[in-house]
Amino acid sequence: MRQALVVARKDLLIEWRARLLLVRVAPFALLVLVLFAVALDSEPLILRAAAGLVWLAMLFSSLMLVQRSFDVETDDGAVDVLLTGTVEPAQVYLGKMLAAFAQLLALATTLVLGAVVLYGATVGADHLVLLVTATLSAAWGLSSVGTLYGAVVANMSGRDSLLALLALPVTAPLLIAASRATEAAFGSQTIDTASGWAWTALLVVFAVTFTAAGAAAFGTLMESDA
Amino acid sequence: MTSTTGSATSAGNTSAGTATTGTLFTRIIGAAAIIITAWVVVSAFFITPADVQQGDSVRIMYAHVPAAWIAYLAFITTAVASGISLVRRHRTLGFDRVAGASAEVGVLFMGLALITGSLWGRLTWGTFWQWDPRLTTTLFLFVTYVGYLAVRSIDTNPQRRARRSAVLALLAVLEIPLVHFSVVLWRSLHQEASVLNPDGDVRLDDVMLFTLFSGVVAFTLIFVWLVMHRQRLAALQDAQLGAGLEAAIAMRRAETVA
Repeated sequence: MRQALVVARKDLLIEWRARLLLVRVAPFALLVLVLFAVALDSEPLILRAAAGLVWLAMLFSSLMLVQRSFDVETDDGAVDVLLTGTVEPAQVYLGKMLAAFAQLLALATTLVLGAVVLYGATVGADHLVLLVTATLSAAWGLSSVGTLYGAVVANMSGRDSLLALLALPVTAPLLIAASRATEAAFGSQTIDTASGWAWTALLVVFAVTFTAAGAAAFGTLMESDA
Repeated sequence: MTSTTGSATSAGNTSAGTATTGTLFTRIIGAAAIIITAWVVVSAFFITPADVQQGDSVRIMYAHVPAAWIAYLAFITTAVASGISLVRRHRTLGFDRVAGASAEVGVLFMGLALITGSLWGRLTWGTFWQWDPRLTTTLFLFVTYVGYLAVRSIDTNPQRRARRSAVLALLAVLEIPLVHFSVVLWRSLHQEASVLNPDGDVRLDDVMLFTLFSGVVAFTLIFVWLVMHRQRLAALQDAQLGAGLEAAIAMRRAETVA
């Protein structure tokens, strides 16, 4: 686990110096929120769709983050150096996942605030725990899937469009569950708090499944060719 | 590269410079597929009765159900072959080729199942699409395998392609139950009024059942036939790539000698 933390620290340090999240991804995500509002053009409709739109914007923005996370590895074959050293592939995966998780969490916070400000969504004090838990588990799930599929397309030609095609269908359960749980936290008419927690449980199952799969598959994916 | 050229000799009959992917076995399967398909066509259109409620549109079933069945069979084949190829990856690429061939054929049949299904839905439900769990899961499976084929189509080292696509195929096995479960949960929360009978249950008499069964057999034979040919074609392509490389190396050697 110590190695994973070192990898995570390295990724976050690179991110901190480049500030890609701040100058590109977060503005893009907020722009998506604005564009949704423009396209739907109806305040009650936007408010009803707010939770789904937040997570849709999260999915699109997470692709940019993941892409970046692997570009820094495959440029100059940096990841080969990591793996030929004593770092376990699973540890590299977990480290990169942790770094992505931290960034996605920041992004999710921004987007939820964006929904509150732009869409007029409200979160009651009694729903705050649900919202935080759901966001944590969804960001975890998204970082596990993103890092895994980022590794699948790493170093491939045309990888940006490929990543979207491969990763987005897999995140369908996450999109459904995170949207419903957030909807419950936003005080929806149709989904009560109990179902919100049920959806959060599904998010945790999703995250555990793909974290395990990613840790198991990372070595095979990153193996260099003789 | 020796592994690819080695397995190529077993793939197809290579005689006098021409290579075919047919063997006696595939010809028998092909002939059987043609005969049974002809029977299914005749029976589906002329022998089986129209349904009391659905009328003639029930006849779509004889193509739709076998196509959907083959699509799922193909993806199971791909997953199993991918698993084997990951475990025995230092030997040959044979299982990887089977996985790829089966996924290609599977996408084709799943496309057929989706198209015939939505045509039938238009006639029976009045809409092309319903967000029912089975349909939604199938659609996601389709998109997932389109992505899988996109990865396979990228030119790269065959060993690396085999590894990546095998991992992808196994991940799809994880993904699909999760998608299905979440869609079931999603739909059960806001179930809208279903149009007519959502399952489209049809009472099948013996002739209908036999025709449906024949359709499944015919499509299965077509699937096996296509996968065998496609897989041998891939082996020949790999062999050609290897041969081209060896020829180029030999040429360079000749240059240095001269």
